[in-house]
Amino acid sequence: MASIKDATAVAGIGMTGFSLDSGRTEYSLACEAIKAAADDAGIDLLDVDGIVTDVSDGIDAMYVQKAVGIDNCTYASDSHFGTAPMMNAVTAIAAGIAHTVLYYRSVNGSSQRRAGSDFRAAKETKDNSLDLIRYDFYHPFGLLTPEGSIGMIVRRYLHESGARPDQIGAITAVCSEHAAKNPHATFYDAPITVDDYLESPLLVDPIRELDCAPAVDGALAVVLTSAERARDLRQPPALVMSVAQGTSTGGELLTSYNRDVISALPEMRLMGSELFETAGISPADVDVAQLDDRFAPLVPLQLEELGFCERGQGPELCEGGKEIRLGGRLPLNTNGGFLGEGFLYGANVIEAVQQIRGTSANQSSTADIVLVASGAGGPADGLILRRQGT
Amino acid sequence: MLSEYLERRYRPERRPSPEANLVRDNTAIVGIGQTEFSRNSGRDELDMACEAIKNAVADAGLAIEDIDGLEAFTLERTSMPAIVSALGIPNLRFTSEISFGGGASGANVLHAAAAVATGVANHVVCYRSLNEASGHRYGRGDGYVGYLSEAPTLHYGYYFPFGFLTPLAWAGMYAKRWMHEYGIDPDQLGWYSVVLRENALRNPKAVFNDRPMTHADYLESPMIVEPLRLFDCCVDTDGAVALVITSAERAKDLKQTPAYILAAAQSCPPEQEIQTSYNRPVMSGLPETWYMGQELFRVAGVGPADIDVAQLYDPFSFGALLQLEELGFCERGESAAFCEGGDRIRPDGQLPLNTSGGLLSEAYIHGYNLIAEGVRQIRGTSTSQVEGAELVLATGGPGVPTSGLILRR
Amino acid sequence: MEYVPGIPILKPSLDADNRPFWEAVRRHEFVLQKCGSCDRYFQPPRPMCPECRSMDTMEWVPSAGRGQVYSFVNFTTDRMAYPAMKIPYSVVLVELEEGVRMISNMLDLEPDDVQIGMPVEVAFDDLDEDLTLFKFKKLEG
Repeated sequence: MASIKDATAVAGIGMTGFSLDSGRTEYSLACEAIKAAADDAGIDLLDVDGIVTDVSDGIDAMYVQKAVGIDNCTYASDSHFGTAPMMNAVTAIAAGIAHTVLYYRSVNGSSQRRAGSDFRAAKETKDNSLDLIRYDFYHPFGLLTPEGSIGMIVRRYLHESGARPDQIGAITAVCSEHAAKNPHATFYDAPITVDDYLESPLLVDPIRELDCAPAVDGALAVVLTSAERARDLRQPPALVMSVAQGTSTGGELLTSYNRDVISALPEMRLMGSELFETAGISPADVDVAQLDDRFAPLVPLQLEELGFCERGQGPELCEGGKEIRLGGRLPLNTNGGFLGEGFLYGANVIEAVQQIRGTSANQSSTADIVLVASGAGGPADGLILRRQGT
Repeated sequence: MLSEYLERRYRPERRPSPEANLVRDNTAIVGIGQTEFSRNSGRDELDMACEAIKNAVADAGLAIEDIDGLEAFTLERTSMPAIVSALGIPNLRFTSEISFGGGASGANVLHAAAAVATGVANHVVCYRSLNEASGHRYGRGDGYVGYLSEAPTLHYGYYFPFGFLTPLAWAGMYAKRWMHEYGIDPDQLGWYSVVLRENALRNPKAVFNDRPMTHADYLESPMIVEPLRLFDCCVDTDGAVALVITSAERAKDLKQTPAYILAAAQSCPPEQEIQTSYNRPVMSGLPETWYMGQELFRVAGVGPADIDVAQLYDPFSFGALLQLEELGFCERGESAAFCEGGDRIRPDGQLPLNTSGGLLSEAYIHGYNLIAEGVRQIRGTSTSQVEGAELVLATGGPGVPTSGLILRR
Repeated sequence: MEYVPGIPILKPSLDADNRPFWEAVRRHEFVLQKCGSCDRYFQPPRPMCPECRSMDTMEWVPSAGRGQVYSFVNFTTDRMAYPAMKIPYSVVLVELEEGVRMISNMLDLEPDDVQIGMPVEVAFDDLDEDLTLFKFKKLEG
């Protein structure tokens, strides 16, 4: 049986600036990012025969094709959790179905739709979802927003682990440090300290404003092709060592309250074990990680579930920021993460590629192997990239 | 003009070679399951999806614990986490969703097969569950009243304000042009519907199992959107269908005769829209189906003449006829004549079509029931069995980004 | 064609990609999107030219709004019709002289009288204070 290990590579990346109000359409932002990614890879967009994107975005692939000049796609997917479409892209190329696959995202998440952060927006994006019936057990009681839903899990985690606010605040502070050197970042020139974090208002106790990644406007695109072909293209390839997803019994999107233990991310654990098994490496081999910091308190949990530390040790690993900032044992979210750059899944993949290429605004001295994890609090997915020749 | 337009854009040399295609012959559909097809199920889609999945898994001789991948439409109202919890699937390692409604039926199988072929999952379930008859109807013009004040996207703003907001009308625009260019006699359209109804009368699970229809009945059926009649349209249905895909290697040890996937492909050509691709040089064809067919036959290494039975996605009779032309089963403009009298497309004919009754007369489960019927033909268990069926072609929805597959015994 | 009072007409939703078109229609002007570099017209509008992949060569240019009926459908029962419009009504696909095709309705013409190939010219229909639609009239001779 064939394997996806090292069969594919990221050959091109592109993104628009992130902002709180782009003043443009998602259609226009997507076109700009896609052209940038193709130019970065040095490919003709006519070579693209697969497009994967996220169904909750505002612009369909067929319209993107009309504008960027992609003739015929023989592969398409719109999976809508985290960076799940990346897995489709990788399997399509590895299975010999597609030659070059484009992954793009484009949202006016700040100026038009607060991506998932209010119920009305969620209802409009997936109006037909039976999940709305499930919400009947939450909404009448005033539990409506992602911040509230995840707050229930975070409360339990803080209670059980004894994590202190300053330990969580260190994550926001480190992301802010990293963002301060990344001109793409929304909070490029607004550094945040642990003290700022501790003073930031509670949105839904125990979730503070500075626990949450800001919704932004922006677009990004990634070009994937076979590892073999990527070697002949313009950029050093970022080889995909593995890609994985995880969905577990009893799981809901941010509201998995009916499990024996709710202060856990079993989807992330399942995904991580798949990821390391396929790649044939262990957590200790990872040089840099891009974890899902849409909500800061879920970062220490991910460190635990992915095996970067023992159960219960996550807050300690984050404390003071020494181990997780650039130069530490495991630099995290070197673009500033969603907390510093803005919330858009896919940006974490782009930063991983920058690290592999050695072109990050916060370049790690060792970045041979980079891990990306998305989907904390729901179905999880992730990938491990490595530098050619390592 | 049409072929010139199409061939200029089709570049097989830029695609992976058939030899590199790991799905081809290495994967198979090993289980099929469904619920009752009815006009009012009386239950929700999650309930039906679980029943269909359990039936498909049991049909394959597998256990729920074996399932580690799920595939569905983005249109699907059930969410995957809900399916996982309801069925108690312990380790789901792969999920994928595809847009474009019925165009995605073959694509779900393709994605599942790619996951299996690359080892990221072992047994993937594809499913579709909908209360199309008793719940929300996609095809009704009044579906938006009180729900929207504006056309939902930039593009629909060019259609909805003119009273143009139903799939039948969108397709009718093609039908009118096609009939005009090729001088199609409207009476010829009916034979396709008549033959499918005959097939449904032999299929006890078909919605129209007890409703015979003659060609005269067809001609008497009301015109809905001229030039299309009521009996040109599919049957809104409540129900669910599930399919289990695994490797050819594992398929050998399972319960059923495997339906090997010889080829599966998706297609989204230039200027594609959801049934309103009116700004292409020619409108009397379905380029998405043409491209998809070219890709299927290229990967499979077979041609239209090798296909023993076809299950064509038929939301409207005319949509199936145009596919006959695009897939090379007949010349352009000749599909209506090809079906005239019905003999060529009956189970003992030159190209038997939609042997379960199709979307017109069995059920409208967005093409999933067509794939299940394709598997039954391979197994030899159809109620309208085609003798010696070795190769079956099934398609996804025409007029949208589409997909299809060829199954081999 | 006639509207049924009291039932709203679904309006176009405007954004930066299509606003110039609908604002022109409001002023009873008809414009089409074109790439100034490739000399190609596009419908529906888009932010980038798929030939030269440029975003800043896309422009809106005046059109005489003349063309012919390329195809049409007639809504003969209320099963599939939009309730805001009285049946029977026809929806036409007009191929403009510039080569692009647009969906619209015919003014002052019964559905039975619509024919493929019929020459037509754009006209404007002020439906209410906020909404003007472009429609077509049969061009005599």
